Parts: sequence; C-alpha cells; structure tokens
Amino acid sequence: MCLAIPGQLQSISGDEGYRRSGRVSFGGVIREVNLAYVPQAKVGDYVMVHVGFALSVVDAEEAAQVFDYLKQMDELNELHEGTPP
Amino acid sequence: MKYLDEYRDAEGVRTIAAAIARITTKPWMLMEVCGGQTHAIIKFGIDALLPEGVTLLHGPGCPVCVTPVGIIDQALEIAGRPGVIFCSFGDMLRVPGTRRDLFAVKAEGADVRMVYSPLDALQLARKHPDKEVVFFAVGFETTAPANAMSVYQAAQEGIRNFSLLVSHVLVPPAMEALLSSPDNRVQGFLAAGHVCAIAGCEPYIPLARNYKVPIVVTGFEPIDVLRGIHLCIRQLEEGRAECENAYPRAVRHEGNPAAMDMVAEVFTVIDRKWRGMGEISRSGLGLAPRYADYDAVRKFNPASDDVPESPVCISGLVLQGLKKPHECPAFGNRCTPEKPLGATMVSNEGACAAYYRYRKS
Ligand code: SF4
Repeated sequence: MCLAIPGQLQSISGDEGYRRSGRVSFGGVIREVNLAYVPQAKVGDYVMVHVGFALSVVDAEEAAQVFDYLKQMDELNELHEGTPP
Repeated sequence: MKYLDEYRDAEGVRTIAAAIARITTKPWMLMEVCGGQTHAIIKFGIDALLPEGVTLLHGPGCPVCVTPVGIIDQALEIAGRPGVIFCSFGDMLRVPGTRRDLFAVKAEGADVRMVYSPLDALQLARKHPDKEVVFFAVGFETTAPANAMSVYQAAQEGIRNFSLLVSHVLVPPAMEALLSSPDNRVQGFLAAGHVCAIAGCEPYIPLARNYKVPIVVTGFEPIDVLRGIHLCIRQLEEGRAECENAYPRAVRHEGNPAAMDMVAEVFTVIDRKWRGMGEISRSGLGLAPRYADYDAVRKFNPASDDVPESPVCISGLVLQGLKKPHECPAFGNRCTPEKPLGATMVSNEGACAAYYRYRKS
C-alpha cells in the first residue's frame, strides 16, 4: 500500500501550486505525476512516486553513500575473518 | 531501474548479512512495521539470512489489513446505491465484508472502479456531474497527502458530487500501543520508510527514548531492509535506543512539510478502530469539519454495525507480532487469499498472505 517507486522527471507542466505536475519515466514507462509536494524538483531529478504523487526527491548523494557503506562493511568483515588466502 | 536494481545486488546482500552476523552476540526480536517490508522480507528470504536467534516480527503496517469489517460493509452499501460511482485502489476490491466484497457488488451491477490515484476519482466526478463519485480513502501517512489533495481540489473547483469514505490510520500511535502492551516482545523497530518520507523522523524520537527501543527508518529493497536490521542490532548491542535514518535517499529528517500542511488542512486526528487491534486513541484521520461536505458517511449515512471477527482467526496476534501465520490452525486450509478469514490474509502485504504466497510448504 505504501509502495513508492523512483522515476525520473522528464518535463514539468501544469500551473504552479497544487496543480503543478510533470511527466515521470519509470524505466521508459511514462506517467503524469502531481508535483505539488516537491516544489524543489527539477527536470532530470528522480522522485519517489506513490498513487500519482511525488513524495520526495531522491537525494543522489545519499543514494551513492550506500556503496561506501557496503565497502566499509566488506573491509570490516574481511578484517574480522583475518587475511583472506 | 535506477535506485531499485542496485539495492537488490546479491553481493551487497551477502556483505550486510555477514556484517550482521559479525556484530550479533545475543538473540533479538525486531519488528518491521510496514507490510511492504514484510512482503520483501518473505519474498527475498531475508529472514533466512539472519543469525540464529534474531527474529523478525511482522507488524501492523498494512492499511488494507487493519481496515475494520464495519467500514468495508459501509463501502459495500454505498457502492450498491443507484447513481454512485465507487472508486478504490485495487487491493481494497477483494477485501471481504461480512458477506461479500466489492467485486461481488460490481458483478451485481454496481459501478465500482479501480483507480490508480484519488485524482483519477476526482476526474470521474468532473466528467459525470450527474453521478455521485465516492473514493475509498484508505492508507497511512504516505497516502494521506494524495487523498487530501483530491478533496482540496474538489473544494477549490466547487465540485460537489465527490466524497471520501475515510479509513486513514497513523503509524506512531500503533507502535506506541504495541510497546505499552504487557505482552510486548519487540526490542527494536524498522520504521516504515515511505511513512517517514511524509511525516519525518521526529515522531519516533520520544518513542525511542521513552520505551528504550531503537527505531531505524528503513527502505524496502533487500539491501535497504538489511541495512535497517544492521543499524538496529548495532544499537541494541551497544545499548543505545535512538531514532536513526537508514533510508536517507528518500527520507529527510523533517519529512515533507508541504504534504503535511495539506494533510493538516483537510484532515483532523481522531480515534480509530484497527481491525485485529481494537480502538487506538488518536491513531487515525477523519475529514476536518470545514470539509464535512466531502464525507461519504455524512452524505450517505450507511448502517454501521460493529461486526465481530472470525473466532478462529488469530490475525490480531499476528498483527502485533505475538504469533506467526503458520501457528494459526486455519492457515492455508480454511483460510487462503481466495477465501480469507482475517485481516492479514486479505492483502498482498498481510503477513498471512505473504507466508501463503512464498512459504506454503
Ligand atoms: S491464516 Fe487466516 S485465519 Fe489464520 S490468522 Fe491469518 S488471516 Fe486469520
């Protein structure tokens, strides 16, 4: 029910305010999405979309961080297991 | 797809699972709040990757599951009225009321439509001024801004043939109800990421502090879920109990203020009954008095009976993490997704339905 999926904002249309909307691509499938709750969203941004509304703009920096986290975990795991053969 | 596939990477999953095993010294009971997370955990077998003694309890975070049968019956009654177009998200259509479901009412000739967004229902109201369009507004904090917007737009445009049957619930009061129960077994929470994308992390800070339980805001892909579990166990092992955000690419600490403002404009916090859990104070949303004209219950005045739940069904205990689905004697025989007896079998995101789908044997 609370499913929200990331898609890329292709264009912005509609008036300002509560009617602001845009076209969002989900791996090539395009949908019209209401953008009233993400006034900061720009074309090219990824937005999390739920029942036709963008809930938040995906933070690209935070998204990239997960790979640092994985790398860090990997190093700690190896340290713990001792030097791999 | 970007921001999805990379969070399903098998190598990454193994890395975090190993990191969890490395830091775990004691058995821990964690609860994932959201049904979307339950679904992902069972589907990807994430629980099987955890060290022995670490248990995932499945929480009450499926709005479809916790909608009381009495409200489903009201939906069925309104949908059957002449001149009504009744709109709902797909997952509500097959939820049984006392005697039948929305599909059955539709088969009898009622105009019941599945919509993707509440704005689609509003569009139907614009197109059919001679009909009464009713939208079944179910959901958590995540869905409330969308439903609020449909009412706001209707009011702005003076559309009068549109109304909501509201069954909105809020997550933090349900978590508090679980934590304050003497039967509580939850030692740490994975909070529902998209609920927090709207309402922010703030509501969980006093909960974590007062009940001394770590609360980690968690996403939905395998790596996200495991990362949430890792941070939660790390807090438990270090004796900390804080609210932590393991899903920062989608969740800001303050949530989404524009969305929350719209929710506060259209809705007001009320007491709500949860199927399987009973009434929880200040745990839901109803239309604010100034939008009362958009309340389908006021408009149609349907009968509202307090409907008893099936006596064999233990879904209330399942929703509270006190029992697992297969501990129910009806699981998989008398109760299946085609013929559900209780809350947690009716929706894809209910724990019983997830177990049935992925773990029948
Ligand atoms: S299997 Fe069916 S009857 Fe048993 S607890 Fe789950 S929903 Fe209720």
